[in-house]
Amino acid sequence: MTHWLTAPILIPLIGGIIQVFMGYAPISLRRTLALITTVLMMVSSIVLLVMASDGSYRLYAFGNWQPPFGIVLVLDRLAALMLVLTSVLALFCHIFSLGGQDEGNRQFHGLFLFQLLGLNIAFLTGDLFNLFVAFEVLLIASYGLLMHGGGRTRTTPGLHYVVLNLIGSAVFLISVGMIYSVTGTLNMAHLAVEIPKVSGEELNIVKAGGLMLLVVFALKAALIPLCFWLPKAYARATAPVAGLFAVMTKVGVYAILRIYFLIFGDSAGALANLGMDWMFYLALITLSMGVIGALGADNLRTLVAWQVVISVGTLLAPIALGSTDGISAALFYLLSTTWTVAGLFLVANLVASQRGSAKDKIVTAPRMHNRTFLSVLFMVGAVAAAGLPPLSGFFAKVLILQSSLDSEQMASLWSVILIGSFFTLIAYSRAGSILFWRTVDGHVENKSPLTGTVSVSAGALVGLSLVIVALAGPIGTYTDATATQLKNPGAYIDVLNTPMVGGNP
Amino acid sequence: MELAFALIIGALTASGVYLILRARTFPVVVGLTLLSYGVNLFLFSSGRLATGGQPILGSTEAYSDPLPQALVLTAIVIGFAMTAFVVVLSLRSLADHEDDHVDGERNVRSTDTHQEKQEGQR
Repeated sequence: MTHWLTAPILIPLIGGIIQVFMGYAPISLRRTLALITTVLMMVSSIVLLVMASDGSYRLYAFGNWQPPFGIVLVLDRLAALMLVLTSVLALFCHIFSLGGQDEGNRQFHGLFLFQLLGLNIAFLTGDLFNLFVAFEVLLIASYGLLMHGGGRTRTTPGLHYVVLNLIGSAVFLISVGMIYSVTGTLNMAHLAVEIPKVSGEELNIVKAGGLMLLVVFALKAALIPLCFWLPKAYARATAPVAGLFAVMTKVGVYAILRIYFLIFGDSAGALANLGMDWMFYLALITLSMGVIGALGADNLRTLVAWQVVISVGTLLAPIALGSTDGISAALFYLLSTTWTVAGLFLVANLVASQRGSAKDKIVTAPRMHNRTFLSVLFMVGAVAAAGLPPLSGFFAKVLILQSSLDSEQMASLWSVILIGSFFTLIAYSRAGSILFWRTVDGHVENKSPLTGTVSVSAGALVGLSLVIVALAGPIGTYTDATATQLKNPGAYIDVLNTPMVGGNP
Repeated sequence: MELAFALIIGALTASGVYLILRARTFPVVVGLTLLSYGVNLFLFSSGRLATGGQPILGSTEAYSDPLPQALVLTAIVIGFAMTAFVVVLSLRSLADHEDDHVDGERNVRSTDTHQEKQEGQR
């Protein structure tokens, strides 16, 4: 039992509490401390990644209570991957926010860190109810962040977002209650042992509970028909917040991966692969819906917000097929798309800041300042997002397509992903050519010149797609191992039998 | 007891869902509250209903499961925080849009009067 597992939770928690109590301190001090917290969190998650890459499961039982009776944290490859993904994303979004986006609200940094706290608990927890608590922690911070900056335009999408998520939480609790009433446990490893034993009338209760749980995760992941809240909410949020939110839908995807391969996996008897046959087609429809939305977007941020929906569809389709290759490809795409989409949100904000009253609307306007730099950033982001060679989006999509070669659904997956990528490309080309090429006479007063912090952080997030390509070998090996680990949950169940020794960590 | 319990959960949930569908912020907030009461009662019942049972082994003959009680307690605390937030947000929405529709759209009559007011000021 190693105490390192609590680091990604304790660091943002302590940092966030400090931020709450120093709300009136000078902004430079608050920024420094917040940045130190984010950097420390990244360091700790990289340490955990190194620890997890030996393929073992590590367990942290709070109060040394033997699972399934206590609350446990479980670290495996998937959890470590999600932690690193989040902390890298958070670091760059945080640096971007220091460019002046954090000034409207004294508690911005506190909320930002609490959001990271919620995300990290969700990735590390090994307990279904604790997953609910983590969702609530990250949601209540996200409500605050979404409203950050104020303004009438944010109230309505914010209200929709809050009400929908509250209904989602209610459904989550009902499904937790249904599963508990039959199995008598909420520890994920114990559930994986208990659920195959369920039979008779009780089977239907667990099945209903499991499917309701899928509805909740689909709402978080923005799977159709539960995706229409997303574009408005994301397009109205402040840029660093929208960038951080790029990982929020991935929490839903993570939960689906965790629950439906561990608890309702191949070994779950009558409930094996619950809901996955439906999910494949829903994912393809989600992908198509995202592409249609992107084509119809009238401003850049809405376009990028629909890209989030596209990436959820692309992610869940191979996951629903359930092959090891498919999961590995999806995890590779997860890394690529989260960073790219977040980078595009930041670039869209920079574009908007250089175009005066035209903001990020896809209309002709006077030439913007720094257009060469911005157009290169936009092009790199768009190429990575649409999936053109030589950037990471292309490799990820090739891996996804390859993984379905032997399956019956190959035709539908290939056609939807390829046609979808083509139309995504059209959407980006249209936006890019209007924004950067078609200019009208006149000039924009340069009130907000690009500063080093915002350029570097937006450039770095977009440029991570190049890093992923350069490190494709090791990342691919890691995702392959993660997928194998996910498909063989036997070792996860063994954490139940890990002996707890008091006072001997 | 089981029948009464089930009827209460059903009534709370049905009223909650009905109120949420009203698309006005105040009914939506009340609906969310009722829904969360229904959910909390349901969660409580997931550990089986027992009269006079204590959640400590060996203290009485009847034993009641302590875990759902802990879960409900957590859910209630979270529910209160969320309700407080949604109330404040609805008030903000009302102030911003001068209308309590969840879409923030003014109905036709109030738009007219609002425009007349603005024109009158000019």
